[in-house]
Amino acid sequence: MSKGVLVDVTRCIGCRSCMVSCKSWNDLPANKSEFTNNWDSPGKINANNWTVVNSNIIEQGEEVKWRFVKKQCMHCLEPACESACFTHSFVKTKEGAVIYKPTELNQDYCVGCRYCMIACPFGVPSFQWDKPLPFVQKCRFCYDRMKEGGLEPACVTACPTGALKFGDRDKLLAEAWQRIDSNPKYIKHVYGDKEYGGTSWLYISDVPFEQLGFRTEAFGKPVSNKSIPSLTWDVLKWTPYIFVGWGAILTALHFYTKRRAEVEHDEENMYEAVNTQENDKEE
Amino acid sequence: MQKKWTFKITPFRKVLLALVGIAILVALYRLVVGLGPTTNLSDDWPWGLWIGFDLLCGIALAGGGFSTALIVHVLHKDKYLPIARAALLTSLIGYVIALVSLLMDIGRWNNCWRPFFYWGFHSVLFEVFWCISLYTTVQVLEFGDIFLERVKILPLKKILKPALIPLTILGIVLPSLHQSSLGSLYIVTIDRLYPLWWSMLIPFFFVWSAFFLGPAMVTIEGTLASRAYNRKPELPVFQSLTKVTMWMLIVYLIVKIIDLNYRGVAGMAFNGSFESNMFLIEMIAFVIVPIIMYAIPSIRTQLWGVVTASALVVIGVIFNRMNVVFTGMAGSVGTSYFPSIWEWLLTLGMWSALVLVYLFVVENFPILVKEHEEDEALSTGTGMTAGKSVEA
Repeated sequence: MSKGVLVDVTRCIGCRSCMVSCKSWNDLPANKSEFTNNWDSPGKINANNWTVVNSNIIEQGEEVKWRFVKKQCMHCLEPACESACFTHSFVKTKEGAVIYKPTELNQDYCVGCRYCMIACPFGVPSFQWDKPLPFVQKCRFCYDRMKEGGLEPACVTACPTGALKFGDRDKLLAEAWQRIDSNPKYIKHVYGDKEYGGTSWLYISDVPFEQLGFRTEAFGKPVSNKSIPSLTWDVLKWTPYIFVGWGAILTALHFYTKRRAEVEHDEENMYEAVNTQENDKEE
Repeated sequence: MQKKWTFKITPFRKVLLALVGIAILVALYRLVVGLGPTTNLSDDWPWGLWIGFDLLCGIALAGGGFSTALIVHVLHKDKYLPIARAALLTSLIGYVIALVSLLMDIGRWNNCWRPFFYWGFHSVLFEVFWCISLYTTVQVLEFGDIFLERVKILPLKKILKPALIPLTILGIVLPSLHQSSLGSLYIVTIDRLYPLWWSMLIPFFFVWSAFFLGPAMVTIEGTLASRAYNRKPELPVFQSLTKVTMWMLIVYLIVKIIDLNYRGVAGMAFNGSFESNMFLIEMIAFVIVPIIMYAIPSIRTQLWGVVTASALVVIGVIFNRMNVVFTGMAGSVGTSYFPSIWEWLLTLGMWSALVLVYLFVVENFPILVKEHEEDEALSTGTGMTAGKSVEA
C-alpha cells in the first residue's frame, strides 16, 4: 500500500521539531541561519536541509494569521525526477517513497547532470555544490525506517500537534476531505490530490494555498494535473517510429534522386587542403 | 611520400592557443574542486552557460552538418557539394565541443560512462545522450573517409566505403531526433517556462530551427573561410540556399503563430513584459526580417545581403535558445544568474579550440573545394599535383 502524509497547516505551530529530527536521523550537517523580518529563518530546501518550515503572515481584512508550512519532497505518484533521469537514479518505491538510488541503494549511476532539478515542479532536488563529486539530495520519506519496521518518518514522530499524519495515502485523502467537509474554515482543496498527477504528501489549509507559497496557478492558468512523465512520454513515444519512418524516407529519397542525378562525382579530386604556403594573406 | 603537416602560427592563433591553454587549466581546476567554487550555478539555476550556450547552441549551430548532408547526399543537389565537407567538419567539431562541455558540467564526471550501461529510457535526456554519442561516432566515421584521403590506409578505406550510405542516412536521422529532443527537454518545465516558449511543439521548433540554421551557418562559415584564405566566396551556392532557409523560416513563423493562438497565449506576446519584448525581438528581428531580406532579389543576390540575413538567422537561433534557457525561466526562478569568470574562460577556450581545429583541418585535409585548378597549375609550375594534399 502506498504511504503518504497528511499535513494540516492549521495545526502547525512552527516549532520546527520536524526539521531537527530530520537532521538528526539523516545525519545532516548544521547550517548557520539568519532571522528575517517575518521571523523566517530556514529559507529554502537545500542539500543539507531536506525539510524546512517557513512562516507566512497572512492579512485577511482585519485579521492577521500566522501560518507555518513544512516543505519537503512531495513524493509524486509519477515523479518528474524519475522520468527525467537518464540513468534511472530515482525510483518510486511501492511504499510511496521517491528515493535516490546512489545514496539509498548504493547504486551509483548518477552523473550529476541535474536534469532532475530542472524537471521537478516543486524545486526539490538539491545539489551538493561544495563537493568535488556531488550527489543530488532530497527527502527520502525515511525509506529506511519505513522498510525496516514500518516506522513513521522521523519528522512525523517529532510533530507534537498532529499537524503531520502518516498512513495509507488513500485513507489520508479520505480523511482530508472529511476534515474539510466537517469544518467550514478549510479551503475546499487538497493540495497534492491532483497536482502534477498527485503526490504522496497532501496538504489542507484554512488560507489559500498560493499565499503559503504553493503554486496553484501558473501564468493565469491552474497548474497541470497531468504528470510531467506523461507529458514527456507523449512526445518521447514517437521516437522509434520517427527513427524507422524518417530513415526509410531518407533511404528511398537517396536512391530515387541518385537515379535521376546519374552523374557520379569524383569527390576525391574535388577538394583540396588550403595551401597556406603560397597564400600568405590569411588571417 | 606524404605532404608535411602544416600549421602556421599567426598572432591571432597565438591568442586562441593561449585561451585554449587557460581553458584547460580552468577545466582541471573545476574537475578537482567541483562546481560550487568554480561556477555561479545554484539549486535555482542548475543549468547555466555551459549547458545553455555551449551545449544547446553548439549543437544547434552544428545543424549545418545534417541539413547539408540531407541536401547533398540524400537529395543529391550536387551544386551544393562545394560546401558539404566544410559543413561536416564544423558540425563534428561542434559536437565534440558539446560533449566536452557536458563532461565539464556534470557533477559526477567519474560516472560519465555509466549511462551507456544503466538506462533510463523514459528520459528525454536518454534519447539526447544516445543520439549525440552515436551521431558523433557517425561523424567521425564519415570524416574518416576524408581522413583516409590524406592518410592513405587502403584496407580501412575499403571497409568504410560501403558503410558510407547507411552512415549518411543515420547521420541525418540521429540529429533530427536529438535536435528535437533538446527541445523536448524543456517540456518538463511546464508552468515555469514562459508560455511564449513552452509548448508541446517545442521539439518541432528546435529541430526545424536547427535545420534552417544549417544553410545560414554554412554561409557564414564559408564567408569567413573565404576571407581568411583569400578565396572567392561560394556566392551562387549561398544564394540558392536562401530559398531553403526562407521557406523554412516562413513555415516556422506560421506554426509559431498557430501554436500561440491554439494555446491561447498569443496575447502574452504584447503584454509589455520583459519576456514579451524578448519574444518580439526574436520573432521580428531574427525571423521576419531575414524572410524579407531573403525575399528581395536585390538583397539576396548581394554578398552583404545574404551574409547579413544569414547572420540574423544564426543569432536568432542562439537568441531563441537563450530565451528558453534563461529569459523564459527567470520569472519563475526568481533569482538571477550570471556566469562566473571561470565559466566564461572555459567557454571562450572551447570556441577558440573550435576555430583552431577548423583551421588546422582545412589546411591539411581536402575540405574546401579546389579553386582555379588550371590557373594554379600554370602559375605554380609544379603542375596539378602541387595543389593536392596527397602525392602517391
